[in-house]
Amino acid sequence: MYSKGFAPLAWATAVTLTTAFALVFFYAPLDADQGFVQKIFYVHVPMAIVALGGWIAGGVMAIKHLRGGDRSWDMRSYVAIHLSIILGVGVLVTGAIWAKASWGHWWVWDEPVLVSFLVVFLLYCVYYPLRFSIEDPDRQARYSSVFAIAAGAFVPLNFIAVRLAESYTHPRVLSQTGGNLPGEMRLTFLVALLGMTLLFVTLWKLELTAKNASMQLKKLRKRARVAA
Amino acid sequence: MPALPLDEAGKYVAGAYVVFVALILVYVAIIGTKIARIEREISELVSEDDR
Repeated sequence: MYSKGFAPLAWATAVTLTTAFALVFFYAPLDADQGFVQKIFYVHVPMAIVALGGWIAGGVMAIKHLRGGDRSWDMRSYVAIHLSIILGVGVLVTGAIWAKASWGHWWVWDEPVLVSFLVVFLLYCVYYPLRFSIEDPDRQARYSSVFAIAAGAFVPLNFIAVRLAESYTHPRVLSQTGGNLPGEMRLTFLVALLGMTLLFVTLWKLELTAKNASMQLKKLRKRARVAA
Repeated sequence: MPALPLDEAGKYVAGAYVVFVALILVYVAIIGTKIARIEREISELVSEDDR
């Protein structure tokens, strides 16, 4: 069910990510201001964008669950949120490494982009205790979906609020004028973003396949017990 | 802050990419372990059914 088209997707992910990393180190020019350290940008920013996108996607899937009552959408939403949290850990760690290398500090509290991402990340950390503190599967799915929708709506609002903030220490990558990236850097960034998106979808399908197989197995065990 | 020299910047860049690769590898390993457990349980179920 979920494993349909998995193999070509996994291959596309591997090829795109390999191409992206080759472009990062052999094609994209060194940044005039930050030098070699700027290479962190090509893993940190795509990870952040995909994580935020995953949280929003989790909210959209939760809407589908609440509208149609199909619990498989709740499972899809849960896996998307779970994966985004894992990517979020990567964003925070690589961001801290980049901050240390370019600003001399592991963390800067007066930088809205960093703090807002941390706020969103911590908000989603609440999702696990909320979800797993409810035993009834229907209630669990329903409450989790409500949380996913509310938190998913908060993500773009948070993004807009940060844009409106006055501090611009953090570099702007996406803007109506296309940011300040030269052509080679932009191409490398876009390939890295595509690779990260494909990786997210591949891992999402992989985990859904494993979860679905586990649920089917439980059903089989139940039937075997009844038959015995 | 001025740009770090290549030898010093290299360890930060390597660190960031290692974090990314490690995260993905750990995640895939955990899912792989789950799939292996499911396969083992299916085999047990099949052998129970054979008996």
